[in-house]
Amino acid sequence: MDFSVDGHRAYAYTGARAFDPGKPSVVFIHGGGLDHCVWILQSRYFAHHGYNALALDLPAHGRSEGPLQTSIETMADWVIRAVEALGVRRYAVTGHSMGALVALETAARDPDRVAAAIFIGISVPMPVTDALLSAAKANDHSAFDMVNLWGHGYGAQLGGNPSPGMWMTGGAVRLLERSGPGVLYNDLNACDAYQRGLEAAAQVKAPVRVILGKNDIMASPRAGRELIAALPNAEVTELSNCGHMLMAEQPDRVLDAMVESAARHLPAKAAA
Amino acid sequence: MSVPDYIRFNTLSLHAGQRPDPTTGARATPIYQTTSYVFRDTDHAAALFNAERPGHVYSRITNPTNAVLEERMSALEGGVGAICTASGQAAMHLAIATIAGAGDHIVSSRALYGGSHNLLSYTLPRFGIETTFVDPRDTEAFRAAIRPNTKLLFAETLGNPGLDVLDIPTVSQVAHDAGIPLLMDSTFTTPYLCRPFDLGADLVFHSATKFLGGHGIAIGGVLVDGGRFDWAASGKFPTLTEPYAGFHDMNFAEEYGPAAFIMRARKEGARDFGACMSPTTAFHILQGVETLPLRMQRHIENTRKIVEFLKSNDGVGSVIYPELPEHPDHELAKRLLPKGCGAVFSFGLKGGRPAGRKFIESLRVFSHLANVGDAKSLVIHPASTTHHRMDTEALRAAGITEGTVRLSVGLEDSQDLIEDLARAIYISQKATAPRAAVGA
Repeated sequence: MDFSVDGHRAYAYTGARAFDPGKPSVVFIHGGGLDHCVWILQSRYFAHHGYNALALDLPAHGRSEGPLQTSIETMADWVIRAVEALGVRRYAVTGHSMGALVALETAARDPDRVAAAIFIGISVPMPVTDALLSAAKANDHSAFDMVNLWGHGYGAQLGGNPSPGMWMTGGAVRLLERSGPGVLYNDLNACDAYQRGLEAAAQVKAPVRVILGKNDIMASPRAGRELIAALPNAEVTELSNCGHMLMAEQPDRVLDAMVESAARHLPAKAAA
Repeated sequence: MSVPDYIRFNTLSLHAGQRPDPTTGARATPIYQTTSYVFRDTDHAAALFNAERPGHVYSRITNPTNAVLEERMSALEGGVGAICTASGQAAMHLAIATIAGAGDHIVSSRALYGGSHNLLSYTLPRFGIETTFVDPRDTEAFRAAIRPNTKLLFAETLGNPGLDVLDIPTVSQVAHDAGIPLLMDSTFTTPYLCRPFDLGADLVFHSATKFLGGHGIAIGGVLVDGGRFDWAASGKFPTLTEPYAGFHDMNFAEEYGPAAFIMRARKEGARDFGACMSPTTAFHILQGVETLPLRMQRHIENTRKIVEFLKSNDGVGSVIYPELPEHPDHELAKRLLPKGCGAVFSFGLKGGRPAGRKFIESLRVFSHLANVGDAKSLVIHPASTTHHRMDTEALRAAGITEGTVRLSVGLEDSQDLIEDLARAIYISQKATAPRAAVGA
């Protein structure tokens, strides 16, 4: 679905369903250099189970236009403007990796509308190695390869994709290749520079579900502990045999955790 | 943190797509010989049908054994996903039918496997899809033949039977300039010798019956999506960029981005055309893929020795192999196929059709049959078999004469193969040479 934010075309994948203001919404925010495609399974599920699924493309990502937002904070502000532009009244916000930091800031900044938050593959802080930043700054393909290989657990690199016939790391690198020049660097830089995580966590009023991959080396469960302690109301789901690309590596278990949170804190029926 | 590397080809050949079976611990890929899969509950069933959860519903669409082969081939080719099909022909048809329909047009190399030629020349026109054939060595001819309704360019990595090496980087650029993809039949080269996606191609299919399976025991095909072609930007592919009423108005490019093509091929083509691979076949082909790198090395090693032998034999008029300096694509082959130019090639026997017949009937190790890519060495006479529907002019255009013999070099001891060929050539020449010349 195309709509407008700040005078620029914005896009949200909705599961081929029209937006219904009478339904609660789940807002999905993708990670660095990626787009709404990372949420296809989970967003389709919510779109067909009583929710508006709004898998956003951040500005200059996927099908959204407009200038890149250079910080996690300004990305969150854009998400809130997008939600307002769509007329969303109550929503669950979920994000992955960089998108999880954006979701964290969004939950902190929009407490009256955010009914639940789900942070996937998050750590605070989220430092990025110099090698990756340098490669991304140079728009070198090795930056995509680093994200792809550090992002997927070794098992996922060998395969056994829950989505039959699909080669997970092949699909991930093609999606990264679709990002425009400078997009990955912008996003990685925003992650690396973000310092407000614990402060934002303390401001989150909504119940939070944190979903982590036990084999995640980009946002390790250990690195997420301080954040979890700072959140007033957080539950944690750790997925075994799972790296940083949780929605692809363990799509069912991620969805189950999301559905469980949404059902408790933003039930489809009651809000519809 | 050091910069990591992707898992390499030999390891992927053995492992990609499969982990030890979680229920039994079986190390080998189990044969999931089942048509269907029990749903956890009604919501799970609905979610599977509506592509909200991953998994298997019915083995015409997906099967766990097939999925291992599909992933493995995607990994080896460097693609995003694949579909196993009942044959290589089914894979080719699935590729075309996913993006083309009545009123559309294809530009194809004319140096093709006879079955592919039949599909394009005789069968698809009945369904409104026309094909213009061009010389694969004339890259500008591809460009000149493109029309507004052209939906894809098609060629083989190594043309059949003249081993024309397609200039994939140039032809893919021609395709992309026109906003259309390049589809490659990569059967003769396998990803061990050539990865067309790395050179610019967009879609690849194989007759898995040949070198991938490698043992002449199972018919199958694989269609792989490279994931780089931007269907939405092209604007020429409504099957991928507009809502599909046949699947809840799914817009494949919107939903799956780089995987739009292969998802449509599965959700429509596998579902509706139904040319699926059996899981037992997938298992057989997987056993072949596990040793693909080793076998291809040996295939090439033996082929090079046999080419050298034939070149020096008085009964042989010509040998067509791109590694030979006189082959028109020699320089291109050095660039695109540095590991070798396959193990299927042709040579012209002196004495024409009678000599060819005598030669084939005198062989003892080579088997006379209609296949290539077996571990065992094979031989055939194209003019009377694989290309028998072509008239003389079409044969000439494809680089075939009545004396052309095609070999598929296997994995036997090369000396045994050479001795077999030497003996059969001697008999063929003795039988057909002018009487006064025999023994001269």
